[in-house]
Amino acid sequence: METLRPILKEHPFLKGFKPQHLDLIVGCASNVRFDPGQFLLREGEEANQFFMLRQGKVALEIYGAERGPIVISTLGEGDILGWSWLISPYQWRFDARAMELTRAIAFDGKCLRGKCEEDHDFGYELLKRFTAIIVKRLEATRVQLLDIYGQHPQERNGTPR
Amino acid sequence: MVSIRKREMEPRANLTDPMFPIPYRVERARRETYDTFTLELKGCNGEDEFPFAPGQFNMLYVFGVGEVPISISGDPTRPQILIHTTRAVGPVTQAMRSLRPGEVLGVRGPFGNHWPTGEAEGKDVVIMAGGIGLAPLRPALYQILAQRKKFGKVILLYGARTPSDLLFHKELQKWRARVEVHVTVDHAQGAWEGNVGVVTTLVPKAAFDPLQAVAMICGPEVMMRFSVRELKERGLDFDKIYISMERNMKCGIGLCGHCQFGPTFICKDGPVFRFDRIADLFAKREI
Amino acid sequence: MNKESSPTKEQYILEREHFPALLDVLGRKGYSILGPTIGEGAIVYGELTSEIDLPSGWTDRQEGGTYRLVRGSDRALFSHSVGPHSWKKFLYLPDMRLWRGEVAGDGFRVKKETREDRPAAFAFIGVRACDLHALAIHDKVFINERYADPEYHSRRRDNLIVAVNCTQAGGTCFCASMNTGPRATFGFDLALTEVIGDDRHYFLTEVGTKRGLEVLGEITHAAAHEEEKRAADSMLANTAAHMGRSMDTTDIQALLYRNYEHPRWDEVASRCLTCGNCTLVCPTCFCSTMEDFTSLDGEQAQRIRRWDSCFTLDFSYIHGGSIRVSSKARYRQWMVHKLATWIDQFGTSGCVGCGRCITWCPVGIDLTEEVNAIRGGKPRGKTVISAGG
Repeated sequence: METLRPILKEHPFLKGFKPQHLDLIVGCASNVRFDPGQFLLREGEEANQFFMLRQGKVALEIYGAERGPIVISTLGEGDILGWSWLISPYQWRFDARAMELTRAIAFDGKCLRGKCEEDHDFGYELLKRFTAIIVKRLEATRVQLLDIYGQHPQERNGTPR
Repeated sequence: MVSIRKREMEPRANLTDPMFPIPYRVERARRETYDTFTLELKGCNGEDEFPFAPGQFNMLYVFGVGEVPISISGDPTRPQILIHTTRAVGPVTQAMRSLRPGEVLGVRGPFGNHWPTGEAEGKDVVIMAGGIGLAPLRPALYQILAQRKKFGKVILLYGARTPSDLLFHKELQKWRARVEVHVTVDHAQGAWEGNVGVVTTLVPKAAFDPLQAVAMICGPEVMMRFSVRELKERGLDFDKIYISMERNMKCGIGLCGHCQFGPTFICKDGPVFRFDRIADLFAKREI
Repeated sequence: MNKESSPTKEQYILEREHFPALLDVLGRKGYSILGPTIGEGAIVYGELTSEIDLPSGWTDRQEGGTYRLVRGSDRALFSHSVGPHSWKKFLYLPDMRLWRGEVAGDGFRVKKETREDRPAAFAFIGVRACDLHALAIHDKVFINERYADPEYHSRRRDNLIVAVNCTQAGGTCFCASMNTGPRATFGFDLALTEVIGDDRHYFLTEVGTKRGLEVLGEITHAAAHEEEKRAADSMLANTAAHMGRSMDTTDIQALLYRNYEHPRWDEVASRCLTCGNCTLVCPTCFCSTMEDFTSLDGEQAQRIRRWDSCFTLDFSYIHGGSIRVSSKARYRQWMVHKLATWIDQFGTSGCVGCGRCITWCPVGIDLTEEVNAIRGGKPRGKTVISAGG
C-alpha cells in the first residue's frame, strides 16, 4: 500500500534497503489490528506472514497440558514478530496473542519468499536483518535461561584446583 | 589502566570506632517475597537520625550469629528511620529474617561511596534494577524524586525472576505517576499480563537521550554486564554508566583485604563505580 | 611516631664488649625488648632478656623452599638474614579480640577491650632495612586520613628501633633490586653495622633520632674514624653485590596489568599449594578476617580479628560461591596485589625484597622468577629444593 511506504522507510528494520527492494516489501504489506485476546499466529498453522508491531503488546506463548499457556516472552512497539515463514516447513511453533489492542503491519511471507528466490540480493538483505533479530532474541533467551535472580546452587561447574 | 583513585564520589563514614556495632531496634519487619524481607530500624540509644547517601551500605550484626554487608534501601531525605531490604541466603540473613519488632540488630556504617545523583542533574536518568538490585537503587530514586525538576526523563527498568519476586509493588505504582516505569519478569506466572523477558529487553522501550543521560545499574553481575552492553549499543558511553559491585567483606573500612577488586577496595572505593574506570577489570574472570 | 632523622646522621663506634649496655639502657627505660633469638629451629623474633638470647655465632642458609640454621664462622650477633617472623606480629596482632558483647534487656551491649595487658613500649633490636620499609608500609595501611587502627597505633607510636645493616646477603634476598636495602636509610633510632675483623669486633653506629642519641649517650662509645666508616661501607657494598635474587621492577605495574591472562599463571598454579605460607611470613601482608563467637547459652559473644590469607578458597566467598576459585586466580591475586595494585593503593610496592616468601614456600616458588618469566626472560636456574631436600 502506498500510504505505508513513508512509515516503513523509517523503521530501523528496513533502513538501508534499496528503493526497489523497499517497493517489493511495501507491495506485500498491509495494516492489521488485533483486539485483546486475539491471536496473531497459532502453533501448528502455516507460517505465511510476519508482523511489524506498531502499538500494543503481544505474548509469545507455549501451551502445556497441565500448565496451560505459558508466556515465554512479550513483544511490543517496534518489535518484529515471526520468522518461521522464512524456513521450511513454514509452520508456527508458538502462539502469539494480543494482550491489549495491537496494531501492526503484516507482511505476506509467501509472496516475499517468492521474491527472495527471484532476487537473491533482496533475499540476502532480508535474511541479514532477520538473522540479527534472531541472534538478539537468542542471546536474551539464553540469559533468561540462566535464572540469574534465583537461588544459586552451591557448586560451580568444575572442581576448584 | 585508568587510575581509580580519582573519584568524585567521596565516601562518607563516621570512622571513629567503625568496628563496634551500635544496637538498633527493629521497628517493623515486613516480608516482601518468599525470600526477601525489609527491616525498619531505630537506634536503641536515642539516635534520631541515620544520615547516609544512596548506594551506601551497613555491616549488620545478628547477635551470636554473624555480620554481613547490606545496602541501605531507605529514603536519604528521611533519615529518621534506617531501612534495609535483603534476601535470606545464608545463616546471618536467615537469622535476620526471623527478627521481630523490638529485637535488636548491630549496625556499623554507613560505608562506601554513593550513586551519582549529582552528576545526573539536568540529564535523563536510566535506572536498571535486576532482582534484589532494586533495593540499593531505591534510595537514589527517592533522592531524585525529592528534586524531580532537577532531572530530565527518569526511567526505571526493573526485572525480576517471576511476578511473585517483584518488590515494592505499592511504590512501583506510585512511582509510575512521576517517572517512567517498565517492569519485566524472566518467567511469567498465573495472570501476569506484563512484560516477559530479561531486563535488557526493556532498554528499547526507554526513550532517553544517550548524549544527555546517566545510567545506574544494580543486580547480579551477569545482568549488569549485559545491561551495560545494551546501553552502550543505544549510544550511552561507559563514562555515563554506573554499577554497584559486590564482594566478600569483613571489615567495611578497607583493612581486611577481602573486598579487593583489582586495585580497588569495594567497601571504600565503591560499591558504586563509573563503568569506564573498571571496564577492563570487569571483563576479566576471577578477579 | 617521632622518627625525624637527625640531620647530621653522626656515626659512632660501639665496641662489642659494650653492646650489652645497650640492652640494659633500654631495659631501664622500660622498653619491652624484642629481637632475634633461636627458636623453632630458626632465628625468630622474641623477647630478649639479655644479650645471651641473641643468636651469637649462628647464621642461616636459605634457598627456595629451604631454611637451615647453621653455625657461623665467627661470633657475630647479626650475620644471619631474616627468618620466618617479621615485626608485624607485635604491632598487628595475629589474633585480637575487638569486643565482647552480652545480652542486655531485649537487645545486647558491646564492650570495647580495655587492653589492661597492653605492653610497655617496644624496642625492636636488629631490624633489617627491608623490614624498615615493611614497617613504613604498614604505617600507611593502618594509619591514614580515614582511619587509624588504635591497637597498631598505640604499639607503634613509641616503638624504638635499633636497625641492623646486613653484612651478609641471604640466598633469597633481593632488597638491592627493590631499593629497600641493604642499608637502613630511615625509620630507625640507631642503625648498627657489625664489623668483625682481625682482633676487633665493633658496631658502626648511625644515629637516626634525638632519642637514639640519648640512648647512645648512656653507653660507652667513640667517634668513628674514616677507615671504620669505609670498612662498614665496603661490607654493605659487598652485601648488595651478592644478593641471592633480583627483581627487575622496570614498569612492573604495567607489565602485570597487561598480563592477567599470561600462561605463566597456569604454570605457577600447577606448583602452588595455596598453603598461604607466603602470606604468613610476608612482612607487608595485612589481610584479616573477623570471627564471631558465642557462648553455649547464647548470652555472651565476642568478635576476634585474625590474620587471613587471600589464598584460602573462601576468602572471596559471596552467596553462591567464591570469586577466585582456581589456585591460578588466587596466586595471581597475591602477586599482582603485592607488586602492582599495591602501588595504586598505597603509593609504593608492597614487596620489600626480603625473600621470606621464597624461602618458606614448600615448593620454592620465587616471585622474582615469576616476574622474569612473564617478561619473557630466560629461566635463571636458581636451585629449587623440593620435598626431602
